[in-house]
Amino acid sequence: MPPAPLAAWTDGRIIELDHPTATTVRLRMHVEDRPRHLPGQHYLIRLRAPDDYTAQRSYSLASDSDDPLLEFLVERQPDGEVSEFLADVAEVGDVLELRGPIGRWFVWDTTTPVLCLVGGTGVVPAVAMARTARRLGRADLVRVAAVGRGPDELPYARELEKHGATFAWTRSESDGRPAGAFTRDELAPLLDGVELAFACGSARFASYAEELLLDASVDAGSIRVERFGPTGG
Amino acid sequence: MPVTRGFQRRRPEPDRSRLPPGQYDTGSSWPVLTAEATPHQPAEAWQLSVDGLVEAPHTWSWSELHAFEGSSYFGDIHCVTTWSKFDMTFTGISVDDLLAVARPTSEAAYVMAHSVTGYTTNLPLADVTGGRAWIVWSVDGKPLPRQHGGPVRLLVPHLYFWKSAKWVSRLELMAEDRPGFWEQNGYHDRGDPWLEQRYQGD
Repeated sequence: MPPAPLAAWTDGRIIELDHPTATTVRLRMHVEDRPRHLPGQHYLIRLRAPDDYTAQRSYSLASDSDDPLLEFLVERQPDGEVSEFLADVAEVGDVLELRGPIGRWFVWDTTTPVLCLVGGTGVVPAVAMARTARRLGRADLVRVAAVGRGPDELPYARELEKHGATFAWTRSESDGRPAGAFTRDELAPLLDGVELAFACGSARFASYAEELLLDASVDAGSIRVERFGPTGG
Repeated sequence: MPVTRGFQRRRPEPDRSRLPPGQYDTGSSWPVLTAEATPHQPAEAWQLSVDGLVEAPHTWSWSELHAFEGSSYFGDIHCVTTWSKFDMTFTGISVDDLLAVARPTSEAAYVMAHSVTGYTTNLPLADVTGGRAWIVWSVDGKPLPRQHGGPVRLLVPHLYFWKSAKWVSRLELMAEDRPGFWEQNGYHDRGDPWLEQRYQGD
């Protein structure tokens, strides 16, 4: 089946905006007649200056397709011309240019049992997958293992906790578990019955995640990776 | 095309002769973008094949590749995710040299680049000939890092960088075009940054 052409640029209005953590902003936006999306897909957000200068970046969706609004969680990057604007300047009512949904690889097909091994703002696509799974009454299909500095610094931590996610806090001991990322032994039981693993986070996190998955005997062909962040070195 | 309230240009007017539309200069950073797990492949065990519609299919070892006369690219690279990186030096060999050995048949019009991960990307033959494509193993005088495709990647710098397949192990000559990995997943078939051919329909 030939893939359908991608949607053109469209306008999106910010309906809700808050700052879940010190370094992130959550945007909930309305787009008229938008196409449905699969969890894991992303949108481009484009900003336009009065002199027609534009800057665009891609951001993963946190929202389920049935959500009337598109939800993005953006981390402010040092000197990030788009993320700093969204975090510090954007307000409810502002209209931004959007294009999407984009991506047909880092997506959950809604039927395959998967593990999301995610870190920091890499939780975003896992949130979309978990929300979709709950709507479909198949929360069991999306297992989430999330790494963060601590519960207050990981976006969506409480929502993911309700979903049954497993956490590794790198800066704080928790219930007798020492601070640190997941070990292979911790990951192994989470992989039981899983057919596909999604790794998402910064370049450094993604490298750790893919190595851990390979170390836990996940077939390389069953690992899908999404890296982001200002630099990978 | 609404002006974004409160958004002002923060960067100086870019050199539009170097920066394609929609791109920004990423400066000294070099983002890592890969959809699959980074493979562990020692350079010494590397092999590169050219096959398909060629008169003399051939496989080269790591040391045999190095027996070719070296060739370098100095210039800019452009990623579909909107960063561009200026003044890169890649060293390896010209794809022309491999094709001179394998001799594409008259029907060959497209190339599918395959990596050891199963990643593929398709290119018109004309985009990898005439001194416009390389097989490279070093960047800025150092071995190409694993996360950037080391030990060996394809380099087609006049197209978006997803065409420069990391960990390339095979160039397959074809008569008909067929979409590669990202091309099946919504990206443009050719990917010319100057025409902003990012996604299907562009």
